[in-house]
Amino acid sequence: MTEGLDNLDSYRRRFLTALGIGGVAAAIGGVRIVGLATAKSDDEAVTDEARWGMLIDTSKCGEGCNRCVEACNEENGLTGFDRQQTDAQWIRTLEVRDKQTGHVTSLPMLCQHCEHPPCVDVCPTGASFRRADGIVLVNKHTCIGCRYCMMACPYKARSFIHEELTDQKPWAPRGKGTVESCTFCVHRVDRGDAPACVEACGEAANGAMMFGNLNDPDSEIAIRAKQVSSRQIRADLNLNTAVRYEGI
Amino acid sequence: MTTQSVNIRYANIRGSSTGYFVWIVILILVSAAGLLAAHTMESQGHVVTGMNNQVVWGMPHVFAIFLILTASGVLNVASVGSVFGKAEYKPFGRLSALLAVTFLIGGLMVLVLDLGRPDRLIVAMTTYNFKSIFAWNIFLYTGFMVVVVVYLWMMFERRMQVYSRMVGIAALTWRFILTTGTGSIFGFLVARQAYDAAILAPMFILMSLSFGTALFILVSGAISRFTEMMVPDAMMERLKRLLGLFVMAVVYFVIVYHLANLYIVEHQDFEKFVLLDGGVYTLLFWGVQILIGTIIPLVLVYLKKSAQRSIVHLAAALVIIGSFAQLYVLIIGGQAYPMSLFPGKQVSSSFYDGVIASYIPSMPEVLLGIGGVSTALLITTIAIRILPFLPERDADHIDAEPSASGESV
Repeated sequence: MTEGLDNLDSYRRRFLTALGIGGVAAAIGGVRIVGLATAKSDDEAVTDEARWGMLIDTSKCGEGCNRCVEACNEENGLTGFDRQQTDAQWIRTLEVRDKQTGHVTSLPMLCQHCEHPPCVDVCPTGASFRRADGIVLVNKHTCIGCRYCMMACPYKARSFIHEELTDQKPWAPRGKGTVESCTFCVHRVDRGDAPACVEACGEAANGAMMFGNLNDPDSEIAIRAKQVSSRQIRADLNLNTAVRYEGI
Repeated sequence: MTTQSVNIRYANIRGSSTGYFVWIVILILVSAAGLLAAHTMESQGHVVTGMNNQVVWGMPHVFAIFLILTASGVLNVASVGSVFGKAEYKPFGRLSALLAVTFLIGGLMVLVLDLGRPDRLIVAMTTYNFKSIFAWNIFLYTGFMVVVVVYLWMMFERRMQVYSRMVGIAALTWRFILTTGTGSIFGFLVARQAYDAAILAPMFILMSLSFGTALFILVSGAISRFTEMMVPDAMMERLKRLLGLFVMAVVYFVIVYHLANLYIVEHQDFEKFVLLDGGVYTLLFWGVQILIGTIIPLVLVYLKKSAQRSIVHLAAALVIIGSFAQLYVLIIGGQAYPMSLFPGKQVSSSFYDGVIASYIPSMPEVLLGIGGVSTALLITTIAIRILPFLPERDADHIDAEPSASGESV
């Protein structure tokens, strides 16, 4: 379970080798992660060389498909209590219906990892923070559970832990009385993998979700984002989100 | 000005009657129930409350913001006395400042005990993000407490009374900044239809003046009933007129806020929700905030020419009831109305997107809120026994009869 964490250097060697023979993307089920930076060890500081982002092609979202959600829940240990109002959801599928035309689109909604995140602005203790590589996280040690970030997030991306949790994943610590949201699977990104939702979407042969470094002009995500028309949700707020959508 | 104020005689209550002790015991029990409720919320988690991932701020926030706004507003009596030099108000400056401190303590108690991790209060006091309005408010609230305590000292200490106007001005300024900060907690939130409006800041200032004046009328009325303290007719008349003025000012801001939303198409659905088909929120808005909390008090205040006490007390009580409805509609209704992720489109999900969120206040959170009010009243009741906060009867006359301290309670 934790071998990737314990053995980062060897993982990196293996990863680089795999990259070298050019078979990485195919090897993990066709997930397009070309453009991921090489994995880094724990003592390496995060820099702003990368800005991690996601490009979601909503036209490829399978009807009724919930693979990304299931993968996220499994990866991060988001077991609920069958209490829909208070159970945490880091990613959810949204059905969007045009009131005039009746056209329906399905898409995954998650933390948009804004460049100017309102949740970070309002957090009194600075527990909500943005890493240099653009990933927005909650420091579980300094979150006081005031929920102001949940008031401020325009995407309803955050959840509050309403009750005691057990069986947590070591890489996704969660605590009663604190707020949490999608971490872009930061533990996977740091070791060179794509987030669990992206991987699962690829495995389901939808391939609707692409993850990578928006700052690297040669990355697949940057090339695609430049070619096709995509948009930010609530672009009017000018938050420069890291998650972009095609087909809406 | 100063010479007049030094001639005001103050007394503490004797506090030896059965009634006094019964009242103290009631307040202790209710405060303890509030603490117990907070303990339950912390040990079992917020699942025991009605709050959820949709309505993240609930009853505790309605109570906390009511208490904080009222704390700021109730100091108005002291401000009018020492800053604007109105002699009728001066004898009541100490009581006004005492209520400001105790209600702020009550409000902060509710706010802190509602946190997911109240045990981390020390983190909130030592780690700051200065872009956060919450972080500013931590300073505004604690600073207000300090300013008012200094203000009280100036009012208590004869030698210091020359500075009381200066400190009074500081406190007055601080109050405006504090309530601006409280309004901006909501006003600066871009995400939600109900908020994201700078008008909320001045509206909160006026709400604080209105709620604070109402509270002062009620508390001074209650104290007058059980002690020898008396609110003179002239003072009652002024308080009554002030209350009417503030209630009208609040409703002016409420009207402008809703008119702006009605005019701007993107906010019209939200207005339809609050004004027409929002169920409990619509009922609270029209029935309680507007009818009971605004129109009836205004009629009571302006129709009766003389300041008949029971009428003014009733008007003040109705204003307080209306204030809770106003905060409930704004805070809870504002969250219950779904965020507009895709304007012009209908969204749905497993996370209650696009639907009116449900919120049913639970016993623990209501108890916590009432516990905060009770704690504020408890400290007040004890303080007026220990120190001479209350003016003696006829104290507003310079030639007041000297009497031994101690009143009939």
